[in-house]
Amino acid sequence: MSARDNILARIAQARNPHAAVDVDNEIRRHSRGPVPPLEKDLVKRFCEQAVRLASDVVSAKTNSEVPDLVARYLNERRLPLKAVCWPSVASLDWRAAGIEAETRAARGDDLVGITGTFLGIAETGTLMQLSGTSTPAAVSLLPETHVAVVEKSQIVATMEDAWDRLRAEHGVLPRAVNFVSGPSRTADIEQTVTLGAHGPYRVLIIVVGGQDSDQ
Amino acid sequence: MQVTAMHFKRKAAENLHDEKLQRALERLQTNFVNGRAAANAQLPNFEEIRNAAAEIRRKVTENLDRYLLRFEQEATARGAVVHWAETPDDVNRIVADIARQYGLRKAVKSKSMVSEECALNDHLASQGVEVLETDLGEYILQLAKEPPSHIVAPVVHKSKEDISDLFEKKHRRTRTTQIAELCREAREILRPGFLSADLGISGGNFIIAETGSVLIVTNEGNGRLTTTLPRVHVAITGIEKVVPTLEDVTTLLRLLPRSATGQSITNYVSVLTGTKGKSDTDGAEHFHIILLDNGRSRLLGTELQPMLRCIRCGACMNHCPVYQNVGGHAYGWVYPGPMGSVLTPSFVGLANALDLPQASTFCGECAVVCPVKIPLPDLLRHLRTRQMEQRLRPWQERAALSVWSWMAQRPAVYAVGARIVARLLRLLAGDKKRLRYLIGVSEWTKGRDMPAPAGRTFRDLYKSGKTS
Repeated sequence: MSARDNILARIAQARNPHAAVDVDNEIRRHSRGPVPPLEKDLVKRFCEQAVRLASDVVSAKTNSEVPDLVARYLNERRLPLKAVCWPSVASLDWRAAGIEAETRAARGDDLVGITGTFLGIAETGTLMQLSGTSTPAAVSLLPETHVAVVEKSQIVATMEDAWDRLRAEHGVLPRAVNFVSGPSRTADIEQTVTLGAHGPYRVLIIVVGGQDSDQ
Repeated sequence: MQVTAMHFKRKAAENLHDEKLQRALERLQTNFVNGRAAANAQLPNFEEIRNAAAEIRRKVTENLDRYLLRFEQEATARGAVVHWAETPDDVNRIVADIARQYGLRKAVKSKSMVSEECALNDHLASQGVEVLETDLGEYILQLAKEPPSHIVAPVVHKSKEDISDLFEKKHRRTRTTQIAELCREAREILRPGFLSADLGISGGNFIIAETGSVLIVTNEGNGRLTTTLPRVHVAITGIEKVVPTLEDVTTLLRLLPRSATGQSITNYVSVLTGTKGKSDTDGAEHFHIILLDNGRSRLLGTELQPMLRCIRCGACMNHCPVYQNVGGHAYGWVYPGPMGSVLTPSFVGLANALDLPQASTFCGECAVVCPVKIPLPDLLRHLRTRQMEQRLRPWQERAALSVWSWMAQRPAVYAVGARIVARLLRLLAGDKKRLRYLIGVSEWTKGRDMPAPAGRTFRDLYKSGKTS
């Protein structure tokens, strides 16, 4: 017998036959567990939680304001105005803001990565990103600075809501769903939190949408 | 990993006198214990979520084969290869075979306690595959050639000065004792490793039956790099880590980081499913998932079954007065603290870990903080019972317990016996009313005096209606 057969046989033998559940049926229900109570204003909650987890958050009325905001952020920190970006944000007028943005796979020495996002999750101030040809995962990971553009209409309350949206819009999961909550960090040395471990040192989230687009 | 759990007493005694270690352990208490309390206070329905989490894990352990089969089916449909391993040796052989199959020579690894069970790095090195640990703590331990002393904060036993010395020696750079600079140094040293590796090895915090996905949580981003850049990804995890749905794993994620470090969510949560698309610029081309048993299935149907609910948050050790004083290395294997005192005897044999079920004050704090409500003191008590049944305790202890048990079942004899012993002890104590030495428990009286009984037993007092 193979290891697989042995392991499964041992489990089946020990199982209480009366406790058996119909696994496929159970899974199909997607039943939700208890969710913490959240305030109504999800955009506000999203921004507050993102700041708590050390992301920088700014808002823009329209997408056209985004390049200037990014340029100002980079200038204030004396960071280079040179970035690798997702195809989904490549159409913004980066050049007008003085930013040299390239659409390609991220490299180890890229300093700034600019991405969109699939959804924002208000509960924890988290970005949810899906891997794919036009949304490569490494752009939000290799550079020292990650800039993410989120529209207000993309902000949902909880991760449960996010799974429902993903199922509705994509059917199956992409290779990687990455939830990003602030810059990479480590507390391995003397339990002292240090920002910037192997991923970005800083994350700038730009929340786009006017007052009237509030959900 | 080599088992040294049989040396618990000696190692614990040494550690109690290690001042540096004691300072390090204090830090752990302040940061993780307070952090957890603060994080949970922000969840008004924490107890409700905890009940739901325990129920999810209970349901899985009762139907483990069914959920595993569904997981295998989904993962395979998405192009992953699922391997089953009975023993750590099986895991090592499977990973070495994968490396040979694709001609892989350089691996980066994100933290995996299951791979520690297997001593995977040593095996791969012997097969010509170089492994670089990339979690900062694990990297430091790899340089120092030491095992982890905590499942979440593996290098908790080291001070920043220790790490400065180590980096100076191994990296040959200017010495720094600034923590942020040490972190940057490790980043700079490890980055080329990520970029050149052809194999990424990770653990799996959960595997999801619904989608065939492996979920990993990390803060540093090394888990993402390990699973994004190399062309082959191998995830190694225990068979008990399966959860039914994405909703279920979301419930567990509300508790795992809060219980571990006091975070509302880890910086990165990655849900990995299948292999990269043809036109994708990143992601692994081949995805292998290894499910290790190593004694887990044998816990099913026994009193220890609840242990399989464990989600490896480390809260039980952070809150344990024994762990807080002796540190993780004393436990002598991969898993320290109360969860380790149950897992180590279960995985490596009760006879090889005789002191671990005794390494508890039974204060019960581990069960209070466990996010999936594992009754750890009950499990430890059960292991003690097994030790008695298997005659694994010293004969004096067994004899004493037999006498006590015989008396306790005969109330009249017990009353007389207790009366005699109480008076005798009072006499022995004399005016000081303290016993500095007591035959039979000299180990115990070595560190403390035993207060003398008042002379009258509880029964006597109860009968005479007095309260003092």
